[in-house]
Amino acid sequence: MYRYDQFDHQIVAERVAQFRGQVERRLSGELTEDEFRILRLQNGLYMQIHAYMLRIAVPYGLLSAAQVRMFAHIARKYDRDYGHFTTRQNIQFNWIKLPDAPDILADLATVEMHAIQTSGNCIRNITCDEFAGVAQDEIVDPRPYAEILRQWSTFHPEFGFLPRKFKFSITGASDDRAAIAVHDIGLAVVKSDQGEVGFRVLVGGGLGRTPVIGTEICPFVPWQDVITYVESIVRVYNQYGRRDNMYKARIKILVKALGIEEFRRQVEADWQFTRGGPCTITPQELDRVTACFTAPAYESLTDIDIELDALQSDNKAFANWLQRNVKPHKVAGYASVVLSLKKTGIAPGDATSAQLDAAAELAERFSFGELRATHMQNLVLADVKQSDLFALWQAAKSLGLATPNIGLLTDIICCPGGDFCTLANARSIPLARAIAECFDDIDFLHDIGEIDLNISGCVNACAHHHIGHIGILGVDKDGEEWYQVSIGGAQGNDSSIGKVIGRSFSFGQIPEVLARLLTVYVENRYDDERFIDTVRRIGYEPFKTNVYATPVEDDKELAGIDYELLKVGVPYDMPYYSPRF
Amino acid sequence: MIIKNKTIVEDGWCVLRLADGQEPDSVTVPSGPVIVPLAVWLAQRETLKARIDVGVWLASSERPEALGADDVAKLPVIAVDFPKFADGRGYTIAYLLRERSGFKGELRAIGDVLRDQLYYMQRVGFDAFAVRQDKDINDALKALSDFSENYQASVDQPQPLFRRVSRGAA
Ligand code: SF4
Repeated sequence: MYRYDQFDHQIVAERVAQFRGQVERRLSGELTEDEFRILRLQNGLYMQIHAYMLRIAVPYGLLSAAQVRMFAHIARKYDRDYGHFTTRQNIQFNWIKLPDAPDILADLATVEMHAIQTSGNCIRNITCDEFAGVAQDEIVDPRPYAEILRQWSTFHPEFGFLPRKFKFSITGASDDRAAIAVHDIGLAVVKSDQGEVGFRVLVGGGLGRTPVIGTEICPFVPWQDVITYVESIVRVYNQYGRRDNMYKARIKILVKALGIEEFRRQVEADWQFTRGGPCTITPQELDRVTACFTAPAYESLTDIDIELDALQSDNKAFANWLQRNVKPHKVAGYASVVLSLKKTGIAPGDATSAQLDAAAELAERFSFGELRATHMQNLVLADVKQSDLFALWQAAKSLGLATPNIGLLTDIICCPGGDFCTLANARSIPLARAIAECFDDIDFLHDIGEIDLNISGCVNACAHHHIGHIGILGVDKDGEEWYQVSIGGAQGNDSSIGKVIGRSFSFGQIPEVLARLLTVYVENRYDDERFIDTVRRIGYEPFKTNVYATPVEDDKELAGIDYELLKVGVPYDMPYYSPRF
Repeated sequence: MIIKNKTIVEDGWCVLRLADGQEPDSVTVPSGPVIVPLAVWLAQRETLKARIDVGVWLASSERPEALGADDVAKLPVIAVDFPKFADGRGYTIAYLLRERSGFKGELRAIGDVLRDQLYYMQRVGFDAFAVRQDKDINDALKALSDFSENYQASVDQPQPLFRRVSRGAA
């Protein structure tokens, strides 16, 4: 992975000092909350319902064992013993006290991490394919480009105060696992017929209130020119993006208003001044960064399907795990393993300090000391010997990290929702938990097969509900929590925006609604057809009809089950530096 | 007082802002060094351009290209107004004035100009900062040295880090 040199260390250290000063000035009252708010947001510090939340950048999801141990340390020392992995491959801590934040950043700097630009109206962490470097369908490893763009965007002086947040995602594989179509800028590495590497550039994708699939602005930008090209896109946006209405401020609205042709013309008009100039990436710089992402010292092995088959025959649980949580690897004899953070009863994406420490140890034992955070809120050990899979499974199982549900109904993508987030209309974690409990039958889940279920607590769509095969959105009706259900969304190469099936439901109705949707699927599917493919083939009417055919029972008990067990502590019980207290 | 070229100096200029009911073509531009709104400059250019003590300020919604090459070559000062510090258009305006229009005179940030934004402002080409009156200008000055290195190129540093230094693992 990328290692800091003296310059990276220096910039991060100066940032820690700068932020420490800003916090001191806030605590002394020199900075007003309005002034400080934007400064702290640029550093990933949000004020939530109970406390400050600190979001730490995990550049393109890549982590070392030492970094994950640092998360465990932060969880123990400054938080309530757990962290939460987000849909943008970052991790956040929910119970932070403002005076601690600079110390946390100083601790993070010792493992080459920071919280720079994890929030605010600036360029955010660049996300990437979680199987970059090991996927069989990879054309070019996108990580060196992601790192080069990370450095370009870090403290970019012109783009610190954009109209709204700005997100990049990048993939280098033929199968898009980075959801590039729903980012402000999506980059797909491509090779030209002559073998030159470049980027297909999408612009103006995004979810939120107005979900839009990104539009291609350029089919091929040579890799050398990618900084200057994206800089021109952001420059046009910074000048003309709307600033009068926060809900119309994302670049997607500008691209729609101008039309892609006019937007492209403006970008190219700007680009002609910088193209080929000093910001052109040099082969030396690409080589330097690429050298950080060379393959680890793989042994020369052969695939060992036979042994796996043998094991599978007498161990159903292991077989299930192999089927769902183990992914193919480009090197013979190796596999990638997904550690599930979606165990029933746990908030999706949460990991305790003990689990974090243990995951770091597993990485050292089985996967060259590296992990990845995924946008599905799980962890990946990317380079595991197939002959180690059984031992890894046993170890992961004892840690609660081996639920064989990757890609299945209970691999729910879920935002923090009403338990933490001040913007929420409804709670999402308890709903995810209730759903996981209602469908906690692994044979049933495997029979239903691949299905993305995404739950967002409000229209900001942090859990990407529009691109869930089933999407659930918290809505507010007269101060009560309700949930709108959509189907037919998808991420990846055939991205689509889901369609709402009809009027919304109460918390206690949702499991029954899901059951009815699944019934239609099971009755109509062809052999191996996935839920989303059935929806696309037969349309959404049969689903809608079945869901609304008879009144859906509202299970009041369901709404009641969780509270004692939820990890959310008693609100308002301690003096945080927040206007709410 | 303002910050100019990294030091605190007396400010010789006053900024003319149109009051309600004042029109760009009829407002009286006072004598003495004055920075006038773009609209006033455009409306009264023929008379004002004879003076050497008139500068122009741009609102964040105005375009730097509204000043022609002749203006850019002769104006002693151009200011960019930040109506709120979170309005980031002024950064691109400054960049374009320096990089595309080739403005060499004083480029001044006015309006909601606060300590924690000065570092970025300096990078995109501002060399003068009218720090908001209620803030301590001595404190604000410190922000100009918040960082000693930058990754990317901008007006202050036309070469990105990777072209300037030999980089490698620490
Ligand atoms: S989707 Fe809404 S409720 Fe959920 S985390 Fe995002 S802003 Fe908060």
